[in-house]
Amino acid sequence: MMRKVTILLLAAALVAGAGTLAAQTLNSGLRGPAPLNDEGPAPPMAPNKNTAEKEVRNYPEQPPVIPHSIDGYQIDLNGNKCLSCHARARTGESQAPMVSITHFMDRDGQFLASISPRRFFCTECHVPQSTSNPPVSNDFVDIDTLLSRATPGGRR
Amino acid sequence: MSTADGAEKRPGFFARVWKFIVELWGVLIRPSSVFGLGVLVMAGFVAGVIFWGGFNTALELTNTEKFCTGCHEMRDNVFSELKSTIHFTNRSGVRATCPDCHVPHNWTDKIARKMQASKEVWGHIFGRIDTRDKFVDHRLELALHEWARFKANDSLECRNCHSADSMDITKQSPRASVAHQRFLFTGEKTCIDCHKGIAHQLPDMRGIPGWQ
Repeated sequence: MMRKVTILLLAAALVAGAGTLAAQTLNSGLRGPAPLNDEGPAPPMAPNKNTAEKEVRNYPEQPPVIPHSIDGYQIDLNGNKCLSCHARARTGESQAPMVSITHFMDRDGQFLASISPRRFFCTECHVPQSTSNPPVSNDFVDIDTLLSRATPGGRR
Repeated sequence: MSTADGAEKRPGFFARVWKFIVELWGVLIRPSSVFGLGVLVMAGFVAGVIFWGGFNTALELTNTEKFCTGCHEMRDNVFSELKSTIHFTNRSGVRATCPDCHVPHNWTDKIARKMQASKEVWGHIFGRIDTRDKFVDHRLELALHEWARFKANDSLECRNCHSADSMDITKQSPRASVAHQRFLFTGEKTCIDCHKGIAHQLPDMRGIPGWQ
């Protein structure tokens, strides 16, 4: 008798617990107000930035981001659309920045005559930029700001 | 022996055809003794309308996306590649179908292109590109033909929709507006010089001007 009551109570507690969990909403920046057991509606896709202006790099080694749209650009064994403007010989006509000299180096640091095969696939490092607002905030501070903050007017 | 006798009695095939042609010519140049001139003229006019309309209808039937993608060569290669591009689906819902870019809209040029296409029928019958590998092997050659045609007619099929006169460069991205002002409006380049591979995948581009 006692045992039966315990089992019933336990079951009731479980059901109640599951109910409250399901009903709980967690307002997170990424999920939005959708309940945990629901898949909320997908946010609309924001268009990519499409300008000709360079973006500031956040640190010196950062691969520059692509400020323009690259929809339908083919980069494969047959051809590389990016190089139609960014290749050394093409920059006169296109006025686009040339791919940096590091892209001509093989893995031993030897310079080749043209883009090294290991640097051929641009979008492995360089990415276009979305116009959407980041759902999660970021408090990244670049090194110049950090150094000047530590010693105002001091050495960089 | 008897067959040889028969062949001597009956005129040969060519002689019979010639006799038929001579008789037909005799009928054709003789004035009609049954129908009035008006009946003949009206009948000729109606037959002409039906023939011409039928011809153009049949011609336009071969100018549809459905007809072009009836062959697996087109459906599985170039048409499937078109589907991911802006000329297939886009914000305004206007689709450029195969003949919009690949068949001249002007009548004489269209007929000339249709006659050229008889070679493509030959290629289809004898399976020149009936597998993916064969198609990829021929892709450069096929693309070169199309690029040469666009270059020769100053990208006419592009300009049937995208006219330089009605282009609002303030609505374009800064890159596009600068490039169009420098190269398109000055006539230095034509559409296909920069916009290769906008509707289909590219062949091996080594050695093509402007490509690496």
